[in-house]
Amino acid sequence: MIFSEQLPILVVVVPMFIAPLLALVSSSGRLPWLIATATSAVTFAIAIGLVSQVMATGTIYYELGNWPVPFGIGLAIGPFSALMVLIVSGASLAALVAGAQSMDAEVGPSHQSLLYSCWLLAMTGLIGIAVTGDAFNIFVFMEISSLASYVMVANGPNRKSLTASFNYLVTGTMGATFYLIGVGYLYMMTGTLNIADMADRLADVSDTLPVLIAGGFLVLGLALKAALFPMHAWMPNAYQFAPTPVAIFFAACSTKVALFVMLRFEFVVLLPNLGEQAYFLSSLLIPLCVAAFLVGSAVAMFERDLKRMLGYSSVAQIGYIVLAISLASSAGVTAAVLHFFNHALIKSALFVAVAGIVLRFGTANLDQLAGLGRRMPLTMLGFVLAGLSLIGVPLTAGFISKWYLIQAVLEESGLGILLTILILTSSLMAVVYIWKVVEVAYFKTPAVGKLEDIKRHEAPLPLLITLWLLVAANIWFGIDPDFALSLANMEATDLFGGNP
Amino acid sequence: MTDSTLIIAALVIPLVGALLIALTGANRNLRDGLMVISAVLVFLTVLAILPIVNAGGRPELFLFDIMPGLALAFEIEPLGMIFGLVASGLWVVTSVYGIGYMRGAHEKNQTRFFACFSIAIFAALGVAFAENMFTLFIFYEVLSLSTYPLVAHKGNEEAKRGARIYLGLLLGTSIGLMLPAILVTWFLTGTLDFVPGGILQDDVSRGIGAVLLILYMFGIGKAALMPFHRWLPAAMVAPTPVSALLHAVAVVKAGVFTVLKVSVYLFGLDYLQSLWSSDLIMWVAAFTLLSASIVALQKTNLKARLAYSTISQLSYIVLGAMLANELAIIGGGLHIVMHAFGKITLFFCAGAIYVAAHKSEIPQMDGLGRKMPITFFAFLLGALSVIGAPPLGGFWSKWNLMLGAVEAHHAIMIVVLLVSTLLNVAYLLPPVIRAFLLSPPKDDQHHDSHHDHSATSLRRFGLAEAPLFCLVPLVFTAIGTVVLFFEWVPIRGLIETIFTGVAS
Repeated sequence: MIFSEQLPILVVVVPMFIAPLLALVSSSGRLPWLIATATSAVTFAIAIGLVSQVMATGTIYYELGNWPVPFGIGLAIGPFSALMVLIVSGASLAALVAGAQSMDAEVGPSHQSLLYSCWLLAMTGLIGIAVTGDAFNIFVFMEISSLASYVMVANGPNRKSLTASFNYLVTGTMGATFYLIGVGYLYMMTGTLNIADMADRLADVSDTLPVLIAGGFLVLGLALKAALFPMHAWMPNAYQFAPTPVAIFFAACSTKVALFVMLRFEFVVLLPNLGEQAYFLSSLLIPLCVAAFLVGSAVAMFERDLKRMLGYSSVAQIGYIVLAISLASSAGVTAAVLHFFNHALIKSALFVAVAGIVLRFGTANLDQLAGLGRRMPLTMLGFVLAGLSLIGVPLTAGFISKWYLIQAVLEESGLGILLTILILTSSLMAVVYIWKVVEVAYFKTPAVGKLEDIKRHEAPLPLLITLWLLVAANIWFGIDPDFALSLANMEATDLFGGNP
Repeated sequence: MTDSTLIIAALVIPLVGALLIALTGANRNLRDGLMVISAVLVFLTVLAILPIVNAGGRPELFLFDIMPGLALAFEIEPLGMIFGLVASGLWVVTSVYGIGYMRGAHEKNQTRFFACFSIAIFAALGVAFAENMFTLFIFYEVLSLSTYPLVAHKGNEEAKRGARIYLGLLLGTSIGLMLPAILVTWFLTGTLDFVPGGILQDDVSRGIGAVLLILYMFGIGKAALMPFHRWLPAAMVAPTPVSALLHAVAVVKAGVFTVLKVSVYLFGLDYLQSLWSSDLIMWVAAFTLLSASIVALQKTNLKARLAYSTISQLSYIVLGAMLANELAIIGGGLHIVMHAFGKITLFFCAGAIYVAAHKSEIPQMDGLGRKMPITFFAFLLGALSVIGAPPLGGFWSKWNLMLGAVEAHHAIMIVVLLVSTLLNVAYLLPPVIRAFLLSPPKDDQHHDSHHDHSATSLRRFGLAEAPLFCLVPLVFTAIGTVVLFFEWVPIRGLIETIFTGVAS
């Protein structure tokens, strides 16, 4: 038993076992935060180990308790899963380091330890979904993470966080139920819950009605979870009213995990076995994606609350990712995986900056942020740079995503040009909503006093460091995208057997 | 120094300059001194590259691959050399002028202003030296973004609105039209390198090529083809040194430079000539050229008039590119230089008038020539050069463009150019005539006493010229327009090496 062989299970078990312990710790003081942060850091370190293992040797298979698959539960960590684990644990670490003061200001001391306990549970669930190779297991982890998330959202400083959390709960539960029904149908047809095994056995019963129904339920359920347009209404609400550190964490990874499951099911289980209907699935999803990024960006242009604006921007970004997935091509998978990673970098940087702004201004409403550029120059500069990455300006990570997405889209003859134009239109809308913030921050005169009189009052140092590390990552991976790209290509090769 | 260190130096010095300017903001003499020094150093560096290119060399610098096959790389060919020289050379002049103007006009936030100024030059040089369309695109966008704070400098509602139009149109066209064109080019040919003779002819059918051309030409918003020209007058809310350097030299010339690059090195002249849309763009350019001149006639604000004049002059170069033969390309390349000197002189004069007399409307300038004879004489030279009258530099670029039009069997374009010349005369000379020949408005004496800060040693001769920091640069560039008339052959020789390989 070598330690490094146990990493796949440790990455789930470590946060899972520390979570209940955390609930026992006294809520006042820094201790709960410290434990949660340390756990995230350990998990992040394990994730780095996993990524390097996967890059060296390819997909890792792990059998729980040495029970052979399909009798026992198997973990399968491919390049994409490893990347996902890295994103989740990294986002958690970044959000915790940056968010300590915000948490004090927004949640208060009375139930912080419980909140952090839920935080670790949510992380456990999200990571569990990424590493497991078992369809029912995914459901279990999904419920763990979702239930914890509802609690976290409900802890927001505003009373409205309760209704936001309730909406989230209703939508999330429906999504999970649909997913379970879909898995049930597949189990009925195959008698197995292991995803790889399921794919093999489905070959005998492919193109039958139950498989088709299963596909419908799975896609619908996961789309609800992932906030794909028009099932996105819960998300901007949840982002706006959740405590800001929670919003950082969720914006970077939570809906992505549902997309991750969608990608796996679509390619491993459904597409090979749906026959003619596979085409139908794509043609159903593509218009939804286009609507997602057009409507998401358009609404973001008119939002005055920064968190909500970024929430709608995420609706648009999810549209890009699902579009790449539903192209069902090798280039599409590469683009999707790449944007998973890059978007996590972009959105976490933006939300960290917003956390700093909320901490100092007490609001994220644009109408009250005049003078922001003078009061917090470093924070605002970080926001602008991350915003440029969101727009997709060259030399940022966002540009690499757009480039690969459009190359993938152009492979579709006929539709390609039209989709390209639509994607770029949506990018231009991103220019509008980012610039709206820039104008207020740098050029708007405050209601009281003069612009010149504003004293400098930056966000706390840990937050600034996190922000600038993320911004630097955005630029680094915009200049040298090799890391995410090689993982994305590995995943595409795994799914399609050879990337031309 | 080797070729690549020269290129690195030319790009790094303005960046370091920007950093130093930002750091030394508190001590404004030190800051401004550093700016001038870095400007001179950049110019000398670019000048040191000239002999290499003249000898047919193509200095290269490969930085790294961003994506497989897509490199951030630089290679200096004749057009880029010329644009680089013009931009860096006039930056020296403008930075001196900028010091005089910003102090004279008591502008705020001077440090931010000068720092962004340096970054803009860095971007312009990046555009000039780019080895492939991808690198060029990156620096093109950096140029748009770094000049936004300059345009919005005053921070009032009008400046913000102008800057919004500026950034919106430039980013909108580049992301909405040029980027798709680049993506399709890459998708179809697998390369974005600038290759003499073009990269498209083998892989792209004429139908798609024609559409690509339209996307490129309108996508290069900085070339200000109608209907995407609105940003130029909108950007005139910026302080005058910005208008002078960026909207007579760096930004607009980056646009037409890109047009020439795309025409010569992506499409290739033969392929370009065979596309139906090259005729279409040619007519659009002809229309822009004439209608912008007519609009300029109606503007009474001097800077607005110059802005529309710039739109019109840029279309000369687009027109030259669409004629797609050697003479027209030489004419276009020459016009980058000639128009830069002429127009920067005009802007300098407009700024000097504003600093010394606080006047920006042409009717107010009646009789001002008696107080500012040097400024208005320089204005006259600049105007004549833009008009294209000998013995001033602007003559040669128009001459070559017309020869190119004949060779391309588009003799009708000569008529267009001639009509435009007449219109140029009609809108550029009246300000000078009014200043020298009409009597000043009555309340002028009253105005005068308020502006003692503009006093210079010239005042004792009864003159009220702008500070020397403003005056010397504009005299310098005005003389430049004359010198260029006699010394244009080396420039032509340099551009010809695009087609022949070695300078004659």
